[in-house]
Amino acid sequence: MGALFFFALFDLHMATVEHPQKTAWWNNAHNRALLFQVLLAIGVSLFFAFIANNTIHNLQQRGISTGFAFLKQKAGFGIIQHLIPYTENDTYGRTFIVGLLNTILVSALGIICATILGFIIGVARLSSNWLVSKLAGIYIETFRNLPLLLQIFFWYFAVLQALPSPRNSLHIGEKFFLNIRGVYLPSPIFQQGFGWVAGAFILAILATIILKRWAGKRQEETGEQFPVFWTATGLILLLPMVAYFATGRPLSWEYPVLKGFNFQGGITIIPELAALLIALSVYTASLIAEIVRSGILSVSHGQTEAAAALGLRPGKILRLVIIPQAMRVIIPQMTSQYLNLVKNSSLATAIGYPDLVSVFAGTTLNQTGQAIEVIAMTMAVYLTISLTISFFMNWYNARSQLRER
Amino acid sequence: MKKLSFIMVAVFFMISASLASASTLEEVQKRDVLQCGVSTGLPGFSNPDEKGNWTGLDVDACRAVAAAVLHDANKVKFVPLTAKERFTALQSGEIDILSRNTTWTLTRDTSLGLNFTHTDYYDGQGFMVSKKLGVKSAKELDGAAICIQSGTTTELNLADYFKQNKMKYQAVVFDTSDQTVKGFEAGRCDVLTSDQSQLYGLRIKLAKPEDAVVLPEIISKEPLGPVVRQGDDGWFNIVKWTIFAMIDAEEMGVTSKNVDEMKKSTDPNIRRLLGLEGIKGKGMNLSDDWAYQIIKQVGNYGEVFERNVGQGSPLKIKRGLNALWNKGGIQYAPPIR
Ligand SMILES: N[C@@H](CCC(=O)N[C@@H](CS)C(=O)NCC(=O)O)C(=O)O
Repeated sequence: MGALFFFALFDLHMATVEHPQKTAWWNNAHNRALLFQVLLAIGVSLFFAFIANNTIHNLQQRGISTGFAFLKQKAGFGIIQHLIPYTENDTYGRTFIVGLLNTILVSALGIICATILGFIIGVARLSSNWLVSKLAGIYIETFRNLPLLLQIFFWYFAVLQALPSPRNSLHIGEKFFLNIRGVYLPSPIFQQGFGWVAGAFILAILATIILKRWAGKRQEETGEQFPVFWTATGLILLLPMVAYFATGRPLSWEYPVLKGFNFQGGITIIPELAALLIALSVYTASLIAEIVRSGILSVSHGQTEAAAALGLRPGKILRLVIIPQAMRVIIPQMTSQYLNLVKNSSLATAIGYPDLVSVFAGTTLNQTGQAIEVIAMTMAVYLTISLTISFFMNWYNARSQLRER
Repeated sequence: MKKLSFIMVAVFFMISASLASASTLEEVQKRDVLQCGVSTGLPGFSNPDEKGNWTGLDVDACRAVAAAVLHDANKVKFVPLTAKERFTALQSGEIDILSRNTTWTLTRDTSLGLNFTHTDYYDGQGFMVSKKLGVKSAKELDGAAICIQSGTTTELNLADYFKQNKMKYQAVVFDTSDQTVKGFEAGRCDVLTSDQSQLYGLRIKLAKPEDAVVLPEIISKEPLGPVVRQGDDGWFNIVKWTIFAMIDAEEMGVTSKNVDEMKKSTDPNIRRLLGLEGIKGKGMNLSDDWAYQIIKQVGNYGEVFERNVGQGSPLKIKRGLNALWNKGGIQYAPPIR
């Protein structure tokens, strides 16, 4: 803020003051602006130093521990979902990482799902089919207007908890199970030689990229089209498959089995993650759908007619003409929805999903009592995530702006 | 985000509030209402009824302080707090006392800038399971999913206990007791764990209490009692002696019913308790009849216990450890003299 103000001041002086005669150096606008900036910087630093100092002093006076040494202490509590190995014997520092990864997981999945769902609903809202457009309208009005916390509780308690107990799980064969404790899937066990399969997969992707470039170029030069989609699908499926059989099927599965109270082994998707993910996606999708709709409406109808006159089919008109132009309107608004989704993911604590706020700003804060340090770290995380998303979206926005030729 | 912003605001107050301008006693008297941090709803300890009247053992501890300090046990504003919020609320000065089934531990007493006054309920952690499971002992809980409330000693004891017994568990951690109970009831967990007294309290919140059993094992010591900020010894004394007065009153047989009659007693102990002789309230800057007000308006420890968690309540908890020292328990208060 301060800096901004002084930049403005600086500009003002540059613009207006341009005296020919010699003046004392402090009367020179340029110097004076510089002086003010330095003074301001010193003032701001002193202010923060004073606050920090005052805080530490106060905390010590009151007998409250300070500093970051607690991050090395043993945490001693369990966390239900951890993407990296974690036990009660690990440190508070590690609870930070575990919570952070869980926040990133649900946010990233949420952003992907909400975007896909939002686009579908947004386009459906504009469909010429009366039923489809009405249904999309009902979806939007319902989920946009209900408080998110309520929706989270709904998905968690009402829907998921209607599932059967572990002993009466719904199942597909003896491999996939669904019950109140979550979804249980077989987990892959990679054996020697699986590297080849992964390598083949990457190769197929690279080939696809090259193919697409080549096909694009060819189309520009000759106007001939090449079935990129089908070729690529074939490549991506076939190449790894060949590698898989050539190396003697280096993959086996570990299946979940019911032992005592719960299933053990395999991969578990806990209902807390599922409920939070569904709620965040469904809610945010209703907002994204409106953004998509307004974006599409912002492209004048003449464009559609022109494209149709050129003989493009409706699907292609949407994909090649309308969406690229609508994107210019959509992306900036999308950024703020993504940021909201990340922040909303902290509602996790209400249903016990172990995100950063629940694990670190919750349990760790409470067990150590070091509120200021923990909250500062948590805020830093949300700030970093938000800035990263903004940065990425700005870059993408700049890229997809209309390039006038 | 709401929870987070609560804590953030409190943290801000911690940063900005300068050190103890006026004493807590003066502040409470000026405000003419005591701010008391309680749970968000735990039958027997602190629970609001439909009309928003709070009752419970922890609630009565605050009412007793209000009676001693403000001569009116009803001049209390109850602030419901989750386990996670409670210490920050006290540190930041949002409440004057924290009376929320809070366990006295070394860390909390020495590194949060707080002081525990006296244990008004000796508890220990237990387990509640659904009857269907047919579990008889906590030792059979290997692999179970367990509902707990975050920010409690319960979370840590649980990890210790299962490790010691070489068992595995899955912790499902909720924010409030309501959510914990709902999670247990819906079958998300096999077990609900908490301080044993609270299990009895939470059990009556279930739709079908008879479907759940509390296992016999107690796996920890949970001394619960009111907490105040460190650095205000005067206030610390007031809260501490409020609890002592209630325990001493029970020992002397002074109750809310007979306290007026007891004023005629010749027993010097009773006369000192009721402020008829001795130092009275002077050392605490309270009026002479401070303890009389507590007993008259709230009752002695035994009355408070029976009314809230004992035979006069749906919980029907026996006195056990919480009986007086001369009746087989360990409740013991220093003499008033
Ligand atoms: N005594 C333990 C546990 C206290 C605790 O919070 N217990 C839960 C039982 S589920 C409770 O009272 N919850 C009431 C609420 O959420 O307001 C401690 O001090 O950490």
